[in-house]
Amino acid sequence: MKILVIGSGPIVIGQAAEFDYAGTQACKSLKEEGHEVVLINSNPATIMTDWDVADALYIEPLTPEFCERVIARERPDAVLPTLGGQTGLNLATQLAERGVLEKYSVRLLGTQLDAIRKAEDRELFRSLMREIKEPVPESWIVETPEQLEALLDEAPYPCIIRPAYTLGGTGGGVAYNRDELWEIGSKGLKLSMRSQLMIERSLLGWKEVEYEVMRDSAGNCITVCNMENLDPMGVHTGDSIVVAPSQTLSDIEYHMLRTASLKIIQALKIEGGCNVQLSVNPDSFDYYIIEVNPRVSRSSALASKATGYPIARVAAKIAVGKTLDQIDNQVTGTTKACFEPALDYCVVKIPRWPFDKFPQGDRHLSTQMKATGEVMAIDRTFESALMKAIRGLEVKQKDLRHPKMAALDDTSLRGACAKPTDERLWALAEALRRGWGVDEVNRISRVDKWFLRKIQNLLDVERDLLDLVESTATQGDDAEHIRGLIQRAFHIGFPSATIRSLLGISREAESEAGHEQDPVTRVRAIAAGFIKAMQGEPVFKMVDTCAGEFESATPYYYGTFETEDDAALNI
Amino acid sequence: MYQGAALGADTDAVGEVVFNTGMTGYQEVLTDPSYAGQIVLFTYPLIGNYGINDDDFESASVKPVGIVVKEACVTPSNWRSKWSLDAFMKERRVPGIQGVDTRAITKHIRSGGVAMGMITDRDPEEAMRDLLAARTYDETDFVEQVSTRAPYAWSYAGMERIDEPGGEHRLRLAVLDCGVKYNILRRFAALGCRSIVLPHTTTADEVLAWEPDGVLFSPGPGDPARLPHVVETARGLFGKLPIFGICLGNQILCQALGGSTFKLKFGHRGANHPVQDLESGKVTITSQNHGYAVDPSSLDGANAAITQLNVNDGTVEGIRALDFEARSIQYHPEAAPGPWDSRPYFVEFVAKMEAMKR
Repeated sequence: MKILVIGSGPIVIGQAAEFDYAGTQACKSLKEEGHEVVLINSNPATIMTDWDVADALYIEPLTPEFCERVIARERPDAVLPTLGGQTGLNLATQLAERGVLEKYSVRLLGTQLDAIRKAEDRELFRSLMREIKEPVPESWIVETPEQLEALLDEAPYPCIIRPAYTLGGTGGGVAYNRDELWEIGSKGLKLSMRSQLMIERSLLGWKEVEYEVMRDSAGNCITVCNMENLDPMGVHTGDSIVVAPSQTLSDIEYHMLRTASLKIIQALKIEGGCNVQLSVNPDSFDYYIIEVNPRVSRSSALASKATGYPIARVAAKIAVGKTLDQIDNQVTGTTKACFEPALDYCVVKIPRWPFDKFPQGDRHLSTQMKATGEVMAIDRTFESALMKAIRGLEVKQKDLRHPKMAALDDTSLRGACAKPTDERLWALAEALRRGWGVDEVNRISRVDKWFLRKIQNLLDVERDLLDLVESTATQGDDAEHIRGLIQRAFHIGFPSATIRSLLGISREAESEAGHEQDPVTRVRAIAAGFIKAMQGEPVFKMVDTCAGEFESATPYYYGTFETEDDAALNI
Repeated sequence: MYQGAALGADTDAVGEVVFNTGMTGYQEVLTDPSYAGQIVLFTYPLIGNYGINDDDFESASVKPVGIVVKEACVTPSNWRSKWSLDAFMKERRVPGIQGVDTRAITKHIRSGGVAMGMITDRDPEEAMRDLLAARTYDETDFVEQVSTRAPYAWSYAGMERIDEPGGEHRLRLAVLDCGVKYNILRRFAALGCRSIVLPHTTTADEVLAWEPDGVLFSPGPGDPARLPHVVETARGLFGKLPIFGICLGNQILCQALGGSTFKLKFGHRGANHPVQDLESGKVTITSQNHGYAVDPSSLDGANAAITQLNVNDGTVEGIRALDFEARSIQYHPEAAPGPWDSRPYFVEFVAKMEAMKR
């Protein structure tokens, strides 16, 4: 078969470069199946448009006109639009609506357009969810003061008020009680051009969880991975710190949400990958479906790298008619793609924002994505994965210390914890460092206590390292104690540079070891020796999709402090 | 030998060391009777994150003799959490070990197969002597330890979201208890069945005396070949009323139909095992926990058809009798822990019971 693949075009804010990764994987996957791949993409500066990725390559604007000319010339049998992000999807929709696909009898591979419409159109989606009995946030339309009054007792507080047809959400807001709803609501009715309000249940502070699911044409469904956002509802998931797998959901909760996600992908009849975002009440079994992305998305790329499961590769094969049990798990080489990856590590993603390049930019994060990239770190504990991810950001901060946060007074720090920005992680750490306690910081930020306690664990080690030098005069320089502490610091994820700086070890201190010095210098010299020794300690563990259950052929690795080295065994 | 830090009770544990690859569900695993006599290693490194709660028990007590984790969460976070893992294990007098390289041990089991092991803080040489002298897992009868002593009834539907219609208890189900999990009883209760849970020693005539509408052969621990009396009961019930078997129940029914079982190198324990239905071709992700499997060739010429196979290793995952109503599956449709995709089996079996009652 000759297949036209639509690329994702230029890399812009809000649509990350991951589509390039996914598209390239998909092209290779189609060629593997013996198909001829024609690629159209307007971006020459990507790997996807390298010579060996497609059989024929058109670097042309991603418009229906140009696309039609490529189709007229190449006469492909089919087009695969679900791997180029929203751009590819929109272009395919336009081509179908203009009758281009019909004219040249080009078949649309993968998820069909009506399924995509059902997922993306708000009203169609809501009615589908009602049909399959999956909860969406309740909402009410109000057009008169009488209707508003009638709603006062019924509305769930807090609720969000959105006046219709006003610019930039003017007149909207959050009401925490009936008085506020009456006040904001009546004002909103006046401001709205058509005198119409939408009142919606507010899910601020609820947990946000995502599931990456796949379905083939035979109706087989699997979950590749679930992810939990450190930032509660209110921040775009692309702007959230995310962990995989979820950490604070019990088995019943995990599978309740998994079942819902699979029910949705089944109802939408997706053929390929799909991302389901859910909001979970931290104090009950209640949840709501927030959004569905009926295609390979930014989250899929993350899930793919986090688990080792090649979502785009498998999605491409599903699009040409293969079923999950017919596709090999490339990582193990012995099992099939029809399974759910088991992780034996923790993954942390932190978005990378461009605020260092735009110092005047508004750093507040909300429902519109501002990040331009992300880093992902893997380790055996959350703490060490988080510390790795911070270093990967290539920002000034290499650990949880931030001079700007340290300089804030308590009131400003409270604000920095409550309002999400790119720097909130450091604000949370500073608040805990000041001894506010996990419960209080949770109340202010609504970040789950599990994450805050992990940050507290890191700060405890930071405190102990500082104490080591400060209390040397009273406690002496017990080498075993120092070694234990240095080891703990490395195991929990502190880089040697941070340990050195907390202990005040300069380069000179290391060479002075062994001489007669004052107690502090001696402690530093001993510590420097242990730091050097620990640097040789890390091993490499395998990302193998199956938590070690099966031998794996083409895995990749992450560094960690453990006893057995998977990489050394493989050589 | 792997060195780590103590977890839970300050006692020794001797048992068969097995690994489970599920990323959630440690409370269900800790109380699942099928783990009796085993030391369970969790491959997911962060265990205890959401604590232990009042609801997610699969039996009244902790069943594995010990557990192995990379990191036990000290301060769990979940709205239902009542105890930390460590506190719970101390209260229930079960020891564990943490801070060990669980992936290294998993790979050890993967290549060498499951083996007896010990969690101890004693002198290694002395402990090793005791370990070698200990009775092995394969030689021990665990079913008699976990089966109920006296019959009891169950009509509680549990507190998870239920989308099947509940209502009156229209049907009576006899459960041959070799180590039944609560969620099996909850699922049947949710579908209108009152379960009568019977000791594993109950004979076919005694089962029939309860006038049940169907019989379930439950999951359970240990070597299925050590249970000829349960196999005999199954044979005595064939053709008299609809029969369903889960996990060990599958192995019991297969033996009753003339098949035999063998021990897997390291078993199937986790929530991600793909199973293919041979009639429809559909693949389902299942929750599994078994160390023994049915040999497919042993069913050649038997009065049974293999209905499902494991996609990874081709072992038998389901069978049905050809001339009467009896079917069984090797995995866990009740989940707890694991995916809920196989719940329709309960609906299907209840429909059979209903149809044959009429």
